Amino acid sequence: MKKVFQKPESLTDAKNHYCPGCSHGLIHRLIAECMDEMNIREKTIGICPVGCSVLAYDYFNCDMLEAAHGRAPAIATAIKRLLPDRFLFTYQGDGDLASIGMAEIVHASARGEKITVIFVNNTLYGMTGGQMAPTTLLGQVTTTSPYGRKAENEGYPMKMAELLSSNEGSAYICRTAVNNPANINRTKRAIKKAFQVQEKGLGFSMVEILSACPTNWGLNPLDAMKWIEDNMVPYYPLGEFKVKEEQ
Amino acid sequence: MERVLMKGNEALAEGAILAGCRGFFGYPITPSSEIAEYMARKMPKIGGVFVQAESELAAINMVYGGASTGARVMTASSSPGLSLKQEGISFISEAELPCLIVNVSRGGPGLGGIQPAQSDYFQATRGGGHGDYHTIVLAPSGSQEMMDFAMEAFELADKYRIPVMIMAEGTLGNIMEPILMREPVTKFSEKPWATTGCRGRKPNIVNTLHLGNEELESRNHQLFNKYQIIKENEKRADAFLVEDAEIVVVAFGIMSRIVKKAVIEARKKGVKAGLVRPVTLWPFPDEHIRTAAKNARLFLSVEISMGQMIQDIQLALAGRVPVEFYGRIGFTPNPEEILQEIMRLAEREGL
Ligand SMILES: Cc1ncc(C[n+]2csc(CCOP(=O)(O)OP(=O)(O)O)c2C)c(N)n1
Ligand code: SF4
Repeated sequence: MKKVFQKPESLTDAKNHYCPGCSHGLIHRLIAECMDEMNIREKTIGICPVGCSVLAYDYFNCDMLEAAHGRAPAIATAIKRLLPDRFLFTYQGDGDLASIGMAEIVHASARGEKITVIFVNNTLYGMTGGQMAPTTLLGQVTTTSPYGRKAENEGYPMKMAELLSSNEGSAYICRTAVNNPANINRTKRAIKKAFQVQEKGLGFSMVEILSACPTNWGLNPLDAMKWIEDNMVPYYPLGEFKVKEEQ
Repeated sequence: MERVLMKGNEALAEGAILAGCRGFFGYPITPSSEIAEYMARKMPKIGGVFVQAESELAAINMVYGGASTGARVMTASSSPGLSLKQEGISFISEAELPCLIVNVSRGGPGLGGIQPAQSDYFQATRGGGHGDYHTIVLAPSGSQEMMDFAMEAFELADKYRIPVMIMAEGTLGNIMEPILMREPVTKFSEKPWATTGCRGRKPNIVNTLHLGNEELESRNHQLFNKYQIIKENEKRADAFLVEDAEIVVVAFGIMSRIVKKAVIEARKKGVKAGLVRPVTLWPFPDEHIRTAAKNARLFLSVEISMGQMIQDIQLALAGRVPVEFYGRIGFTPNPEEILQEIMRLAEREGL
């Protein structure tokens, strides 16, 4: 019998801890498929964040580190500089990347570090119980914006893909979503392209992925997918923001 | 061997390079910046990595990443920068990543001033960040030791898989003294735990998370068993004229050299003074303190702070001998004022 579907080698057999309908597991799989297809598992070092995906080191079947909250890009920087022929990826949530780790991500991008950042934007702090993140939408209710996020009080949601694409060091910046099969396929293509940009040594690469946190959004998994389409995509447009070509 | 004149900070940087350090990650701050500047000049020429980080937080996390590859890596900073590094030092300690962290220390709290100080003693010797941990802390007293201790630090770090800190007052970074150049290190230990890509082996994980109660407890016990072994093997101190000493002065770093002069002068005046100079601040050389207490009527801790090491001396003596304190901050006590203090105490005690 011909095998048409199997678990990527770049994932371990460990059972993941994510909630039903959470996008983290799906995104792990997309990264792992890209690693398999590019045959880079044994050359890849991944860095997981503090957030719901803190245990990702148990799920990826490659060398992994677990970072302090927000610091993954600094850690990846040093490893890549010392081991330039390895593939480095960080996996970060929006609290991790856009709040506490803002300095680390901006400067890794500005320096043009040849690393790939997978940025999971689910508009809030999942792990700590659904608090407001820099990416929380205006009007969105979270446990620390109980009356809805207001621009006067909490400012505006941050657009990280746009922000980082203004850095010369950024070679590939793309925003995708995982709310339907077409977008999932686009996300995988973007992740692969980011790894290829890293392979060519063109500079910093990031894929921002609009993702679901049904648990803290108080929605069922299907409605959560629709919420991405209806609420996130209008504010966070999908597409490529920076594509540096080979010289 | 060649004798050269070198600034303390540069001697330390060159010592690190001789020890095989090939990654430096730092953020400028007086009086430590010459270490970064030296590394910025040297690293590209020897195939090493130099990154000026965006902050001390980033720098110490680069050390975390760099050390996880198995390379010898370091960072250097000064007191306010060390405060920012504490998050990373806690993580590095838990992940058991060998590395060198240098504090060319200055006065605080807050922005304080750039005068040399020893007021980061508690921060250095108690762990400094969150959680139960220690780093080995070495306190050099001159340019030669800046070089030698940097080299030793990497050996200790690899041997015990622990971050090693060098704590040197700003003075030591800046003074120029002739030193003997050392031979480069050529033998390095294997690091099978390093995250370098899993070709031909199972994936390695560098991690500090322990969610289970039992796992967390046993992890802390593992670390403390290691600290116990370090305490048994690595306590170091120099003793000077302590055999018959009735007043034992304790001082580390540059302060120990200044105190030595005062002790010699006190002897000339007929006061039986002696000196214990802790070389390791953690583990604290408590046995050396107790040995020096044989004939002591009084101990005197001299520090460039409001009095921190005095607590370790008191712990070591457990009330057997009283411990006095003399310290300044903003100024470094000079031999005359220390001598005066020794004489005052000697008279008070009828020695
Ligand atoms: C220094 C520090 N501050 C705060 C926390 C608590 N904390 C853990 S996860 C987290 C937020 C994670 O949110 P996000 O990055 O959006 O990831 P998600 O859980 O949504 O995937 C916070 C604030 C921490 N672990 N460390
Ligand atoms: S809380 Fe949200 S982000 Fe975290 S695992 Fe559950 S669904 Fe996923």
